[in-house]
Amino acid sequence: MKEKRKHVIVAGGGVAGMEAAGSLAEMGIRVTLIEKGEDPGGHLLQWHALFPGRRPAEEVRKYLRKRIAHENINIITRTTVEKIRHHGHEIIADLSGGTEERADAVIVATGFDLFDAHRKEEYGYGIYDNVITSADLEEMFNRKRVVRADGSVPSRIGFIHCVGSRDEKVNNNHCSKVCCVAAVKQAIEVRKLLPQCEVFCFYMDMRMFGPYYEELYRESQEVHNVNYIRGKVSEASVNINNRLVIKVEDTLAGRPLKMELDLMVLMVGMEMSKSGARLAEASGLNTGINRFLESADHHYGSNRSGVAGIFYAGTCTAPMNITDTISHSRAAVEETVRYLGGR
Amino acid sequence: MSSDIFIWPFNLGLYFILIYSVVRSTIWFRNLSRADKLRLQRGFFGMPFMQSIREIFMESLLHRRIFKKNPVLGYMHMSLAFGWFLLIVFGTIEADFFGERHLNPPSHAIFFRWFNPEHGTTGLASLYGHWMDFLLAFILSGLLLAIFKRFIPGMMGMKKTTRHTWTDRIALTSLWLIFPSRLLAESFTCGVHGSGGFLTGNLGAALSSLLPAADIAPYFWWLYSLSLGTFFFLLPVTRYFHIPVELLLIFMRNSGITTADRWSAYTEVQTHACSSCGVCISVCQMSRAAGINDMQSTYFVKGLRNERDIAAITANCLMCGRCDEVCPVGIELGPLRLIERRQGERPATMLSFFDRYGLTRRREHIEREQTQSYSYLAPEKEQPADVLFFAGCMTHLTPSVIVAMKKILDSAGVRYRFMDEQGGVCCGRPLMLAGRDREARELINHNSDIIWKSGAKTLVTSCPICYKVFRESYYLEAQVMHHSEFINLLIEEGSLRLGYLHRRVVYHDPCDLGRGSGIYDEPRAVISYVAELQSVAEERSMSLCCGGSLGNLTLSSEKRAMIAADTARTLTQSAPDELITACPLCKKTFVQATETRVSDIAELVAAALPRPVRKTRSRASLTAVKTATDG
Repeated sequence: MKEKRKHVIVAGGGVAGMEAAGSLAEMGIRVTLIEKGEDPGGHLLQWHALFPGRRPAEEVRKYLRKRIAHENINIITRTTVEKIRHHGHEIIADLSGGTEERADAVIVATGFDLFDAHRKEEYGYGIYDNVITSADLEEMFNRKRVVRADGSVPSRIGFIHCVGSRDEKVNNNHCSKVCCVAAVKQAIEVRKLLPQCEVFCFYMDMRMFGPYYEELYRESQEVHNVNYIRGKVSEASVNINNRLVIKVEDTLAGRPLKMELDLMVLMVGMEMSKSGARLAEASGLNTGINRFLESADHHYGSNRSGVAGIFYAGTCTAPMNITDTISHSRAAVEETVRYLGGR
Repeated sequence: MSSDIFIWPFNLGLYFILIYSVVRSTIWFRNLSRADKLRLQRGFFGMPFMQSIREIFMESLLHRRIFKKNPVLGYMHMSLAFGWFLLIVFGTIEADFFGERHLNPPSHAIFFRWFNPEHGTTGLASLYGHWMDFLLAFILSGLLLAIFKRFIPGMMGMKKTTRHTWTDRIALTSLWLIFPSRLLAESFTCGVHGSGGFLTGNLGAALSSLLPAADIAPYFWWLYSLSLGTFFFLLPVTRYFHIPVELLLIFMRNSGITTADRWSAYTEVQTHACSSCGVCISVCQMSRAAGINDMQSTYFVKGLRNERDIAAITANCLMCGRCDEVCPVGIELGPLRLIERRQGERPATMLSFFDRYGLTRRREHIEREQTQSYSYLAPEKEQPADVLFFAGCMTHLTPSVIVAMKKILDSAGVRYRFMDEQGGVCCGRPLMLAGRDREARELINHNSDIIWKSGAKTLVTSCPICYKVFRESYYLEAQVMHHSEFINLLIEEGSLRLGYLHRRVVYHDPCDLGRGSGIYDEPRAVISYVAELQSVAEERSMSLCCGGSLGNLTLSSEKRAMIAADTARTLTQSAPDELITACPLCKKTFVQATETRVSDIAELVAAALPRPVRKTRSRASLTAVKTATDG
C-alpha cells in the first residue's frame, strides 16, 4: 500500500508561519496554514519600510506571498487553532469555528501581540490626541503623511522607548529587542519626511544587536540630527496650547527635564499573543515567566515543544526580528521533517 | 497536714503572678505620659470604668467578637475563659459556704474536693456538686476543641495558626493539663469516698472499681497543682500574658488613651495584649494570595515584645489595615508598624528567657536621622481660589482621571483652580508610610502654604492617599474632600446633569479611602446614580487591597501581581462590565491584572455627562463651606 502523504498544520500565518508553510510544501508535504486575520502576513502587513536598510516592507511581503503560493498549501483564514491534542499517532487541531483538522505534526507560529499602550496610562494613549504608537506611525508612513490629529505638521516629535518592555509594573521584564532599532529607523524617516521637525528619542539603553544596526544609529545622529536622551518618561500632560508636556529624567545629565512635544510616539513592545496563550493553556504547552512559549531546550532545542509532533517557529517563543524569525522557522521545518521521517 | 504540701506549686505560682502583675502594671502606669495618667485616673472613677467592666465581660470572658466571626472558635474561647471564671467564682463560694471556715485562702477553693472529700452527697451540696461538674465539663469541651484546633487548624475555619516558641508550648501544655488533671484528681478522690457530681462521681466510681484510687489520687492532685503553678510562672513570658494585660488595655483604651506616634507605655501594653491568635494571618493578602506567611502582625508584635530584629517584618506590610479591622483584642497594628518604621536603626537585643521577665525594659524612641531635605522648594506665590483641585502624583499617572475631573467640574460650573496642573509637590504620605516623618513635614508645610494662601474653602483631591494625609496631618481651614464626595455633593445640590449608563459595575473600596478614612457611602451613591452597582464578596471595611500599596517598599512585583490578580478575580466574579475604583493607584494596578475594563469613579461620571458640555454656575463651593462649618 502506498504511504499516505504527510500533513502538517501551521498555526499562524505571519512571517514564521508563511516561511514554514513554504518550506514544507517545497519538500512535498501537505500543509494547512491557519491564519486568524483576513490575509496571511501578520504584523508585516502594517510595515512601511524595514530596518536596517529601510527597504520597502512590500519586498519581503512579496517574497512570502510567493512562498505560500504552492499547490501543497491550503490556507484557512479568519480562524485560530484553539487546542492541539493527540489521537494515537495523529494530531488533532481544534479550530475556532468548531471544526477540527487532523495532521501528523503541528508547527505553532502564533507570533506576538503588540503591547496595548492603554495599559501605560501615564503616557496618555487614547486620552490625548497626539499620542500614537510605533505601529500607528508606520501607517502614517504608508500614507506618507505624518501629522497631528488636527492635521497640522508637527515641529517636534518624541519617541518613547521600552513602552511595555523591561517594565516590572506591567509584568513584562523582557526586552522586545527590535523597538530600539525600529525607533532609529522611524526617527530617520521622520527627519527625511519633515526636515523642519526636531526628533528626540527617550531611551533606557540602545540595544543595537543586529548587523548594521549600530551603523544606522550612528547615521541617525551624524546625518539626520536625531537627539537621544537617556531617561524614561514618567508622565505626560497637555498644556493650554494642546501641546504635550512630558516629564523625564535625563539620567546622563542627572537632572529632571520638562519638554513640549507636538507628537509622541510610543515604541510598543512585543508580548505573547492572546490567541497563542489560549492555545498553550488549552493544550498544556509550557510557557515561561515572560509568558512566551517555553522551548524544550534553550540552546539546542528552541524549536521543540517537548511534546511529540508539536514544534515552535518565530516570535511565539521570544521577540525576534524578521531575519531571525525566518531562520528560526526554517529550523522548525527541519525538526518537523526529521520527526515525520522517524515515525 | 503534711500531705497538703502539693498545694505549694499552685500557691507559689499564684502569689508570684499576682505580685508580678501589680508591679508590672504600676511600672506601666508610672511610664505613662502625664496626660495619659490623668486620663486613666479620670476614667477609673467615671463612666469609662463601667464601660470597661462591660467590655471585659463581653470580650475577655464571653469573647463576643470572636463568636461573631466564628462561632466554634468563639465557643472554644468562651468555655475556657468564662468557664474557668465561673469555676473560680463558684469554687470560692463553695469553699466559703460549705467549708469549715469562711474567707479561705484560694487553695482551699481550688482544691476543695481534696480538703472535703466526702462533701456533697446530699441535698443542696449535692446539687452544687453537679453544677461544679457541669462547669468543668463545659471547660473540657472547649479544651477538646482547642486541641483539635492546634492540630487541624482548618477544622476551625482558620486557614493558618501561629507558630509558637518553646515557652509558649510548655505553657500551653500546662494549660491543657490543668483541667483533665483536676477531673481525674477529683474523680479518684470521689471514687474513694463515694461522693461527687454526675461527672466526677460516676467517673470516680468506675475508676476506683478498676484501680487503687486512694493511692493514685495524690499524684493527680500534684499534677493539677503543678500545671497551675507552671502556667502562672510562665505567664509573663508567654503569649498567655495577654489574659491579664488585655484587662489593663481595655481600661486604658476606654479612658481615651490612644497610640500616638512614638513608643509609650500604652504601646508596650498593646504588644503584651496580643494573644497570637493568628486571625491577622488568615485575613492578610500577602498570605492568601502571595504565600508569605511570616510577616503578619502577630509576628511583628511578638518580635516587638521579645525585642528581636524585625526590620524585614516591619517593612513588609501593605498597610491596608485589614488586620486592624479583625484583631479581636483591638490592637492598633497599623499605627504600631508606623511607629517602628519611624525608628532609626536598632540593634536586636535577643532577650534571654530570664530577661523577658524584666520589669524596667522599655522600647526607647530613637530619632531617625533626617536623610533628605526639600529646602530647595521655593515658596509659591498667592493664587486665590474658592475650590482647589489637587490631583496628586498618582493621578498624574492616570491622566484619564484628570480629563474626567475637568469635564465634571466644568460641567457643574465649579470655579476651581487646578493646584498641581503643572506638576506639584508630593502630599507627603509616601514618606510618612516609610517612617520619614520629618521629611514629610517639609512637604506638608510647603503644600499647606499654597493652600492657605489661596484662601480656598474646599480642597478636592482625586487620590485617597493624599486625601488621608490632607485630613489627618495638615492643619487647613479648607474642607478636604475626595472627588467621590465632591461629585456626590454636586449631584445632591443638582449642579450636575447626568444620564444613566446601562452598565453593570462593581466598586472597589481603596484602602485609604474606605478603612483609612471611612468613606464608603458617597462613592456608592454616585455610582448608583449613573449605573447599576453590584455588590462584591469582600467590601467596605473588609475590602481587599489591590496590591499596589505604597505602604510596602520591599514586596516584589511578582508578589504584588499575585495579590492584584487575586483581588481582581474576587471583584469581577459576577462578570461586570466595568470595575470602578476611586484611587489612581488601584486603577493602575488593576489594569495589569484583569481583562475587565477598569475606570475611576470620575471617568464613569464623566461618561454620563450630557454632550455637549454645558457651562452653568453652581453653588457647589458655597455648599461645601456650609457643610464644613456644620461639622
